[in-house]
Amino acid sequence: MAVKTATGAPAPLPAGTTAPAKKGFWAWLNRRMPIEEFLATQVTGYYAPKNFNIWYFFGSLAGLVLVLQLLSGIYLTMFYKVGEVSSFDSVEYIMREVDYGWLIRYLHSTGASAFFIVVYLHMYRALLYGSYRAPRELLWLLGMCVYLALMAEAFMGYVLPWGNMSFWGAQVIVNLFGTIPGIGPGLVEWIRGDYGIADATLNRFFAMHVALLPLALLLLVALHLVALRQTGSNNPDGIEIKEKLGPDGHPLDGVPFHPYYTVKDVVGVGVFAVLFAIVVFFVPTLGGLFLESPNFEPANPLSTPEHIAPAWYFTPYYAILRAVPNQRLGALLMLLAVSAFFFLPWLDRSPVRSMRYKGWMSRTALTLFTVSFLALCYLGLQPAEGLYVALARIFTAIYFLFFLLMPFYTRLDPVKPVPERVTYHAH
Amino acid sequence: MRTDPGRSARARAGDAAARRTCSLLVAAFMTLALAHGTARAAEEAAATANEAAKFGADWRTWHANTEVTDLLSVQRGARNFVSYCLGCHGLKYERWSRLGDDLSIPPELLQQDLLPPGDKTTDNILTTMPPKDAESWFGKAPPDLTLMMRARGPNYVYQFLKTFYVDPSRQTGINNLRLPATAMPDVLSELEGLKRAVFHDVMTKGEGGQFTHEQVFDHFEIIAPGRLSETEYDGFVRDTVNFLDYVSEPSQAARRALGVWVVLFLLVFTWLAWLVKREYWKDVH
Repeated sequence: MAVKTATGAPAPLPAGTTAPAKKGFWAWLNRRMPIEEFLATQVTGYYAPKNFNIWYFFGSLAGLVLVLQLLSGIYLTMFYKVGEVSSFDSVEYIMREVDYGWLIRYLHSTGASAFFIVVYLHMYRALLYGSYRAPRELLWLLGMCVYLALMAEAFMGYVLPWGNMSFWGAQVIVNLFGTIPGIGPGLVEWIRGDYGIADATLNRFFAMHVALLPLALLLLVALHLVALRQTGSNNPDGIEIKEKLGPDGHPLDGVPFHPYYTVKDVVGVGVFAVLFAIVVFFVPTLGGLFLESPNFEPANPLSTPEHIAPAWYFTPYYAILRAVPNQRLGALLMLLAVSAFFFLPWLDRSPVRSMRYKGWMSRTALTLFTVSFLALCYLGLQPAEGLYVALARIFTAIYFLFFLLMPFYTRLDPVKPVPERVTYHAH
Repeated sequence: MRTDPGRSARARAGDAAARRTCSLLVAAFMTLALAHGTARAAEEAAATANEAAKFGADWRTWHANTEVTDLLSVQRGARNFVSYCLGCHGLKYERWSRLGDDLSIPPELLQQDLLPPGDKTTDNILTTMPPKDAESWFGKAPPDLTLMMRARGPNYVYQFLKTFYVDPSRQTGINNLRLPATAMPDVLSELEGLKRAVFHDVMTKGEGGQFTHEQVFDHFEIIAPGRLSETEYDGFVRDTVNFLDYVSEPSQAARRALGVWVVLFLLVFTWLAWLVKREYWKDVH
């Protein structure tokens, strides 16, 4: 708070901040650490658009699930014993002998799926309202990095219970690196640390899952938030609230993040927690989607499960992989399918950001993409045969056309006029 | 702020559309999830509706219909397991003491009726059959059954235990519809009796226009009755399956019971949070 101007007089405080108390522990603390200043600029003094709708809950929910996963994960680590002979048994030990171990484990396994649900909805919000557009490209790229780190984290975590699907899933995914020309086979061996998925693989996946990747996730999420605070949030109208400031220097269409969005997000947390608790307490396996039946048998290199499918949140990409007869090409397409999102800020050439003001072309494209993504998610869970493969090919084509044709249809699209101020109806 | 009625109408429409799209997506996901889990169940239910008159023809649609909170049934199942299964199959993740506590079996009764001689109540439930011998006798060691219900489901085990039939072509003299060429002998034939499976020949036009013959199961015929009637044996199998369901997740009853209170609390919490939110947002115009 001790910002001085050239003349030595204290600089005027940023709007919305309050002068720190002169005496007491709080003042002592704030002279040494800018806690109050941080709260004043980032929480009570951060203005967010007032017209956020239901789509804007998923960012804070993703943060909540991240904390849940970290805490439940730390607790599990206290009882889990990594190793080819001990992993499976220690998970059952947690389920049976540890007090409320079953609850912690189900929170963690349900949390993994919930993480992807809220992250996918959070990303979809960006697609709807053009939140990736300038000046928020970096915010979007950092978010995509969070998504990639999350995928790696989830994949390695999936291997740790050392069930039969853990083993065979790891086998299939790690082997994909073998399709890289030249270095492939050597790379696969290097990743596994053995000639097959084995104890060495399990140990290093554990190290990645509990140390490296959570640290990377936290750092990336922090950077994602820093970038958000720099540009400010987009909103359903896709217009900049910073362009219309009131006499007090605050955006006319903004409200302080705290208390307005903190109290609102708590409602979102409540609704989410109800749905989450229903799964955890009543259907923790969700019919084999959140916890697969073959994973209740220990890893067995001699017994392949009837059909191998990764966890549901990877199945859209898995369906794309299997839609291509050539494995190398399939793996390449899979990689492109994930990385295509990175290019969105430069593919979208529409003069407007929000789907509210985009025309029928963009709307149709997004609808087709949504259908394709969900269909691929379903098809990736089915055996790769007959009609399923044919459908997967069609939806794969639509998936890529959404990105490839975006520069064209977004430019040709007949857009609607964008309002001056955000549209908000007081409830 | 001047309000533009057209704009606020659009906003309302926009927000409603957003809510609709979001709920649609969530609903679509939930539908996919449920479809995945219930597709087979629905098929089976439909098949049950036009149940074949002959005994056994519809075995794929047989449901265990067990309820793990039925304590008496689980207790009977524990007795069945110890009498008929424990000789070959263990429950290595479950302790005798846990079984006693969860099933309300007094320690003396547990010691006297269920525990193999020499075992302590804190021991895990292990079979005394040496795996090496088992492998040479049956070709493979009988699997541990602790997690069988979670890996295969109650209906699988129920159907397995009810579809043994005499088959002289097999080394063991018996076969099974659920798990053809099973290595397991028909240890429950003493109770169920011996059945013969009657197949009928189905001719189908295969690839290339050639006809292929297929033996399709038609019905069972009792050759030698066992000690139990058909209904009694069915109850025996259901109790055993119910017990194995309990063993596969001993905390499941506690989980559901706790869940009711957690969800109720969260509903009240959400309602209060919504009231607070509404109060704050009254100021925003």
